[in-house]
Amino acid sequence: MTSNLTHQSLASALEGLEKGDFTSVELTQAHISAIEATRDLNAFITETPEIALKQAANSDERRASGKAGLLEGIPIAVKDLFCTKGVQTTAASHILEGFIPQYESTTTQNLWDDGAVMLGKVNLDQFAMGSANTTSYFGNVINPWKKRDGSNEQLVPGGSSGGSAASVAAYTSMAATGTDTGGSIRQPASFCGITGIKPTYGRCSRWGVVAFASSLDQPGAFARDVRDSALLLESMSGFDPKDSTSADMPVPHFAGALTGDIKGLKVGVPKEYRVDGMPEEIEKIWQQGIEWLKSAGAEIVDVSLPHTKYALPTYYIIAPAECSSNLARYDGVRYGLRVEGEDLTDSYEKTRAEGFGDEVKRRIMIGTYALSSGYYDAYYIKAQKVRRLISNDFTDAYKKCDVLLTPTAPSAAFVIGENDDDPIKMYLNDVFTVPSSLAGLPAMSVPAGLDKDGLPLGLQIIGRAWDEETVLRVGGVLETAAQFPFLNK
Amino acid sequence: MSLSTDDVKKVARLARMKLTDAELEEHKAKLSGIISFVEQLSEVDTDNVEPLSSVVDIKLRLREDKVTDGDIVKDILKNAPEELEDFFAVPKVVE
Repeated sequence: MTSNLTHQSLASALEGLEKGDFTSVELTQAHISAIEATRDLNAFITETPEIALKQAANSDERRASGKAGLLEGIPIAVKDLFCTKGVQTTAASHILEGFIPQYESTTTQNLWDDGAVMLGKVNLDQFAMGSANTTSYFGNVINPWKKRDGSNEQLVPGGSSGGSAASVAAYTSMAATGTDTGGSIRQPASFCGITGIKPTYGRCSRWGVVAFASSLDQPGAFARDVRDSALLLESMSGFDPKDSTSADMPVPHFAGALTGDIKGLKVGVPKEYRVDGMPEEIEKIWQQGIEWLKSAGAEIVDVSLPHTKYALPTYYIIAPAECSSNLARYDGVRYGLRVEGEDLTDSYEKTRAEGFGDEVKRRIMIGTYALSSGYYDAYYIKAQKVRRLISNDFTDAYKKCDVLLTPTAPSAAFVIGENDDDPIKMYLNDVFTVPSSLAGLPAMSVPAGLDKDGLPLGLQIIGRAWDEETVLRVGGVLETAAQFPFLNK
Repeated sequence: MSLSTDDVKKVARLARMKLTDAELEEHKAKLSGIISFVEQLSEVDTDNVEPLSSVVDIKLRLREDKVTDGDIVKDILKNAPEELEDFFAVPKVVE
């Protein structure tokens, strides 16, 4: 019974709750037990079973009195980058260890208002900086997938939202929040064989989300299927006056977009995404995706995004620059770690040296360098100009097509430790996800198949700004065609 | 372009992070690699291109100038490493 409760979709759990087949307390308890049984994955930084059971009991009462919200009674996991009132929020860093927010992020508040239940705070790369969840102060997250050769090698779940993806894939939550700055939702979704959507920049409020690179950061949703992602995203979305870049636009009923009908839809295939050294299997799954959409009635169009190869270098100026500015707030004065020094400056320097991990320090220093006197125009302004060219590439492509189809990542999940020695090698994981982040576009990863080792590969759908609905509709068609073999522990 | 030890020392100082000599050398190698990587951008022609600072075409909103929040001193100080009479406390700055 317990695994029947966890191994179902969010949408079917909503039906079961409504029919009275089980209660939210039972559903929540099943997930709490699953979390306890899979602690070896290290997906959670903070488990909150007491809060979850209390919220579930309240939810059952609301449902009984006919006041069920969109996600009434559904247990979810929250990336430990969202501030949660009264619950430790660490950004997977030492500098914020023990930080207890006195306020709730708008995005998570939206979820609780809709009846969702919080199972806990999940692990991530420190300050969301990483692509393998190997930079967390609280240890690596383990991908629940294993190679089919029987080797017991531990694989990365991707990053930065690695805990979110691992938890959903391992059936320890029905869905999870994530944030995506350059691929932090889509790449882990691909590595863990689940769906993940980053909406248009401005769709979900950033208020109360620990900031990394503010012009790129965007909350989004993980779930095992496209419909569940749509439901979670709908709840998370909406205008927030507390975020100056939040869009004052109505939120569609995203799940309503899943009609399965893509006849006549123009799907663009960008030739620049055929990168050197890309494994044949990635190319194969991409071709397969193209065939699936064609069979469903879509028209395939060749398009060009000529500045694609400059997206990563652009990102690695802009994101660190914004990070160096955002992370200046961690000074050991108002919150977080303080290391005493000889004077105030010495205390700042020791606090930050001890509080930040290596990758975070690296990005702060790159950003500081790029913004420093004498280099600002050559690096930062230059990157902003190239960012416009990258954004214009998409505008031009969307004159010929409605949506783009690409691989999500250039590889499947790799062994923990691989790529750790060379930052550039690690950054290349995001080669297909960064361009749409720079342009602020909605994009989703859908699990499409397995590679020769039996590991998941995802395909990415990139849409026009504010057109999450077409992205989801195409995602639904891919999902139906792919019949992806979900992990079934 | 490769960074010198002094460059890294200066950047670490600007970013208020105390690094040991060994850490400076370690960061020097990796930062130089990243800087060389991003320098590919110099080959892109960006004459007459306006820098893009925000993908959102929204003008920053104005709101009525009135108090909407406040009286939460205790909340604000809740996570302070050190506080004194409703203020954040820091080591002595002025002798």
